[in-house]
Amino acid sequence: MIERPETAVPSIAQRNLEGYVGFANLPNQVYRKSVKRGFEFTLMVVGESGLGKSTLINSLFLTDLYSKDYPGPSQRIKKTVQVEQSKVLIKEGGVQLTLTIVDTPGFGDAVDNSNCWQPVINYIDSKCEDFLNAESRVNRRSMPDNRVHCCLYFIAPSGHGLKPLDIEFMKRLHDKVNVIPLIAKADTLTPEECQLFKKQIMKEIQEHKIKIYEFPDTEDDGDHKLIRKIKEKMPLAVVGSNVVIEVNGKKVRGRQYPWGVAEVENGEHCDFTVLRNMLIRTHMQDLKDVTNNVHYENYRSKKLAAVTCNGVDTSKTKGQLTNRSPLAQMEEERREHVMKMKKMEAEMEQVFEMKVKEKKQKLKDSEAELERRHEQMKRNLEAQYKELEEKRRVFEDEKANWEAQQRILEQQKLDASKTMEKNKKKGKIF
Amino acid sequence: MGLVHGHAHSGSLSSGGGSTLLGYIGIDTIIEQMRKKTMKTGFDFNIMVVGHSGLGKSTLVNTLFKSQVSRRSAGWARDEKIPKTIEIKAVSHVLEEGGVKMKLTVVDTPGFGDQINNDNCWEPISKYINEQYEKFLKEEVNITRKKRIPDTRVHCCLYFISPTGHSLRQLDVEFMKRLSHSVNIIPVIAKSDTMTIEERQEFKQRVRKELEMGGIEFYPQKEFDEDMEDKSDNDKIREAMPFAVVGSDKEYQVNGKRVLGRKTAWGIVEVENPNHCEFALLRDFLIRSHLQDLKEVTHNIHYETYRAKRLNENGGLHPISTNDTQESNL
Repeated sequence: MIERPETAVPSIAQRNLEGYVGFANLPNQVYRKSVKRGFEFTLMVVGESGLGKSTLINSLFLTDLYSKDYPGPSQRIKKTVQVEQSKVLIKEGGVQLTLTIVDTPGFGDAVDNSNCWQPVINYIDSKCEDFLNAESRVNRRSMPDNRVHCCLYFIAPSGHGLKPLDIEFMKRLHDKVNVIPLIAKADTLTPEECQLFKKQIMKEIQEHKIKIYEFPDTEDDGDHKLIRKIKEKMPLAVVGSNVVIEVNGKKVRGRQYPWGVAEVENGEHCDFTVLRNMLIRTHMQDLKDVTNNVHYENYRSKKLAAVTCNGVDTSKTKGQLTNRSPLAQMEEERREHVMKMKKMEAEMEQVFEMKVKEKKQKLKDSEAELERRHEQMKRNLEAQYKELEEKRRVFEDEKANWEAQQRILEQQKLDASKTMEKNKKKGKIF
Repeated sequence: MGLVHGHAHSGSLSSGGGSTLLGYIGIDTIIEQMRKKTMKTGFDFNIMVVGHSGLGKSTLVNTLFKSQVSRRSAGWARDEKIPKTIEIKAVSHVLEEGGVKMKLTVVDTPGFGDQINNDNCWEPISKYINEQYEKFLKEEVNITRKKRIPDTRVHCCLYFISPTGHSLRQLDVEFMKRLSHSVNIIPVIAKSDTMTIEERQEFKQRVRKELEMGGIEFYPQKEFDEDMEDKSDNDKIREAMPFAVVGSDKEYQVNGKRVLGRKTAWGIVEVENPNHCEFALLRDFLIRSHLQDLKEVTHNIHYETYRAKRLNENGGLHPISTNDTQESNL
C-alpha cells in the first residue's frame, strides 16, 4: 500500500540546489526563440487632423513611415472616418519587429462628429474577432496577432481641458484597448501652462472614470521611482519632428523657431523621450500582455457568452450568463425551434396563397385582354369585309354600266354599219 | 475776393465744374474741426472674437489693447490663467489716448465647435449680430431719434483659425461662408508659435486658396476698393492675411527691454517682434489704419443690406414714437 500524501492543495517544497544544473539558461532559450520568431506590435493613433500624429510616429521609430512623397492620411481631406493600417518591418540588433500603425484620418474633422468613434471600435473588435477565430481553429499553426496593442490618443493643446469628443471616445475605448492620452504639439504651451493643463486633464479623466493605461508597479526600487515619475507626468506632452537641426554642434531632431529650437529629445522641452522609452524600451511587452490578458479576455467572454449562453463556469461572470441546466436549455431551444418552424410554415402558406391569387388574377386579366383583342380583330375584319363587299358592288355596278354602255356602243356600231350597208345598197357610195 | 497773401494754397475742386481757387479759403480746416468734434464725442468700436476653445481669443484681446480688457471687472489677478468663456459676453471699456476717447466693446464668444455635434453652432453668433443691427435699425426708424444712436453693431469679427498646419476645417469654412455677408471677417491664425516660419507660409497660402475657393470674402473685401491707391494698399494686406498671431499679457525682460511675450524652455516668443509673429501687423491694421474704414463698411454696406432686407419683408417697420402714445384712429 503506497501512502499518498493527503493534501488538498499540493504544496511546492522549495529546495536548494547542490550544484549548477543549468536551467538558469531558460530565459536565454526563450530569448533566442523569440528573436527568431520576431515580434509584432500594433499601434493605433487617434486624433483630429493636424495634431502631428504622423510626425510623431516618424520621430518615434526614426523612420519615415509617412514620407513626403507618399502623402500621409492627414494630407488628404476625408469626409468620413477611415481606418487605415500600414505595416512596416524594422530590424535592430538582430531583432525583428513587425510594426503595424493604424491611423484614423478624418476623426473629429466633420461638423457633426457623433459616432465618429464607431469605425475605430469596429476595427478593434474585428481584429479581436480574427484572433478569436484563429484561436478556435483546428489547425492553429500560424496565429498572427493583429490586435491593437496600444492606442495613442492625441489631445489638442487648448490649455483648457478635454473636449466632449475626447471624453466620449476615451470612455468607449478604455475597456477595449490600452489608451494612452498624449498632449499633441506641446511646444504651444509654456511649462506652467503645460502643468496646469495636465492637472486639468487628469482631473477630468478621474471624474469620468476613464481607465487609461496604468503602469504596473514593480518591486524593483529603481524601476519604481522611474514609474512614479512617469505617472506624475501623465498625460505626456509630446513634440514630433521630421527635421534634424544642428544646435551647438550637435545634430538633434527639433523644430526651428526664430526664438530658439525646440528639441524633441530634450527632457526639459517635452516628454517625448519618456514616451519613447515607455512605449518601446520598457513597456512594449507589458502592453501586449495587458491587451492579451485583459482586453482580449473581456472581448472573448462577452462574445462567447452572447453566442452559446450555456451555463459555463460561474467564474466568468462577465455579461449575462444564465445558469440553467443543459437539458432544460435544450428543451427550451427545441420548443422555440418548433414554434419558429410552425410560424415560418404559416407564413409561407400565406405567401403561397397570395401568390396563387395574384397569378390567377393575372391570368384572368390576360384572358380578358385576349378576348377583347379577339373581338376587336373580328370586328375589324367584318368591317373590312363589308367594305370589300361594298367596293365589289360598286365595281359590279360599274361593270354592268360599262357593259351596258359597250352594248349600246356595239348596237350603235351595228346600226351604223347597217345603215352604211343600206346606204351602200341604195347606191350612195362614198 | 482778391488775393490773400500768406498761404499760397491753390485748392482745386475735383468734381462738378472744378475751378481752381485763387487763394487760400480754409476749407482744409474742416479736418481740424472734425478732429476736435471727434475728440469730444469719442467713438465706439466693437470687435467680436470667434473660434474654437482654447485658441487664445481672450488673451489676444488683452494683448491688443495692452490692458486687461476682458476680465478687469471681475478683478482677476494679472497672472491668473484666463478661464474658459461660456456665454456671449460683451465687455465695454473706455480707453483714452492722446485726448481721444474710445469706447471699446469686445464681444467674446464661447468656443464654438466644442461639442461633438456642431451643426448650426454659428446660429447664436449670427443671431447676436443681427440683433445689434435690429437695435440700430429700430433707433434709426424712430420718429424722434436720439442725437447719437449708440452703436453696438459688430464692426469687425476676428475669426481664429486653428494652427493645424494642414488646411481649414470644415466648420471654419461653413462659419465664414455664412457670416462674411453680414459682418467684416478678419481671419487670424491663432497660437502661431506652434509653427515654424516655413510651415506658417505654407499654411497661409493654403488657407488663402481655400478661402478663395469657398468664395469667402474677408475684409478688406475686393469689391469695396474705391480707387487704385486703396486697391494697392489692400492688395498688400490681403497678401499677408491671414495674420499669424501670438497673444500674451505677460511681460519679460529681453535685451534690457520689457516686452510682452511667452517664455518657453527654448526661448522667449516676443509678441511685438515682427520676426516672431504678425501681431504688430494685425494691431496696426486694425487700429492704426483701418479702424474708421471698418466702421464705414459696416455702416454703409452690411448694415444697409440688413436694413433693405428688413424693410422689404412684411411691409417694413413702423416708426415708434418715444412717447408711446397710441394713435387710435384707423
